[in-house]
Amino acid sequence: MGRNDLALSRHALGDDRPMSSTELRRTALDALHRSLGATMTDFAGWDMPLRYGSERDEHLAVRTRAGLFDLSHMGEITVTGPQAAALLNHALVGNIASVAVGRARYTMICRADGGILDDLIVYRLAETEYLVVANASNAQVVLDALTERAAGFDAEVRDDRDAYALIAVQGPESPGILKSLTDADLDGLKYYAGLPGTVAGVPALIARTGYTGEDGFELFVKPEHAVELWQALSKAGEAAGLVPCGLSCRDTLRLEAGMPLYGHELSTELTPFDAGLGRVVKFDKEGDFVGREALAEAAARAQENPPRVLVGLIAEGRRVPRAGYPVVAGGEVIGEVTSGAPSPTLGRPIAMAYVDTAHSAVGTPGVGVDIRGSHEPHRVVALPFYKRQN
Amino acid sequence: MSNPQQLRYSKEHEWLSAAEDGVSTVGITEFAANALGDVVYAQLPEVGSAVTAGETCGELESTKSVSDLYSPVTGEVTEINEDVVNDPSLVNSAPFEGGWLFKVRVTEEPSDLLSADEYTAQNAG
Repeated sequence: MGRNDLALSRHALGDDRPMSSTELRRTALDALHRSLGATMTDFAGWDMPLRYGSERDEHLAVRTRAGLFDLSHMGEITVTGPQAAALLNHALVGNIASVAVGRARYTMICRADGGILDDLIVYRLAETEYLVVANASNAQVVLDALTERAAGFDAEVRDDRDAYALIAVQGPESPGILKSLTDADLDGLKYYAGLPGTVAGVPALIARTGYTGEDGFELFVKPEHAVELWQALSKAGEAAGLVPCGLSCRDTLRLEAGMPLYGHELSTELTPFDAGLGRVVKFDKEGDFVGREALAEAAARAQENPPRVLVGLIAEGRRVPRAGYPVVAGGEVIGEVTSGAPSPTLGRPIAMAYVDTAHSAVGTPGVGVDIRGSHEPHRVVALPFYKRQN
Repeated sequence: MSNPQQLRYSKEHEWLSAAEDGVSTVGITEFAANALGDVVYAQLPEVGSAVTAGETCGELESTKSVSDLYSPVTGEVTEINEDVVNDPSLVNSAPFEGGWLFKVRVTEEPSDLLSADEYTAQNAG
């Protein structure tokens, strides 16, 4: 063991920004995490739980039972006003005006050149009120861009990062656990919907969203209510096998589910079309939007002469492909791994990678990953690696 | 966690047992195993191969990272732990016992191996 090897990689968790010299931010649940014996990690300037015990056990708990996550590092931005919808249609690539009240949309914010600034979930809380949830590492960038793009619109962009704690309950047992603590109509709450309610006596925005590939909920609450809610959920979920889960298993869960992570599959160097997510760009919506021209070109390019394509790779052996490793075929570099990890569900290492189109078809023979100098064979597969049955 | 008194330690978080008939057992410490997280793959040196104190002789893959394995002494590998090859989680569950990694016929020891107390102090600092 090299001493330096023990410094767990921040890159592996998706935060590629330089380390800030300022002190790490702590969530409202910080003391609770420490009392549970969590291993903490610096994630986008926040001191977050990496894992409480075995990350593999936490991963499998979410797949088979339920897991509890502190996601309070996520960046909340509220957009209100008569032209809130018009502003978001202009600032984001999706048709946000068409989102019904009580529903949510996965979308992106791009630069004028089409490069992805962040991927977002936008909740429509009321006719003239939206909650935009950005990645922690990009929250300031998104806030600045929205504020700048709001010029001329009758709408207000508000930094609400400190107004919310975010607790997620994910896994097949999560509806039952949550039902025991709320009168809200969870059966009527569809995937990508959110409604205000009360959970364990605490006012919450209850959203049926997640980043694990399982059914689950994300609960936005005031920070002063976070400990109370966490404890109530822990207790209510005990019999069902709910366990606290860290960011480490969140990363392997989303990887198995084929979900992109900013800084890995998404970056300012790529457009949504390059990332295989062109469907989030709505050219037919009302009004102009930032990046339209460049994205129209990117769409045409992706159709006629696609550059690299995002694929799944499954290792034939046991060594693990990691982000940044070259993908090879016939001794030539044909791509690059963007995320890789041992998959607890598949029982072998998996990765997402951008590869040249000629080598992107499922089952393409001769594809390998250069794992520290040795070309290890991998199978090209369609994403996702894992899809839940119901 | 406590580091067994009868073992000696490298600064790189390997432990070394007292030699029996010239052969010592090598593993990684509980501190190291905890820092790595779940070990999913152990690439160990081959039986019969020569290892050199302070040089890499294998690697350990965990969920988040891969780490080089260093030999704490110079010598020849006499046995590897096939149980760990088949079930790398033993490194996490029993780092000082069933999770041992390899045995080595020691020809030379470096002078800077640590006692349990010295190693514990190193990690505290």
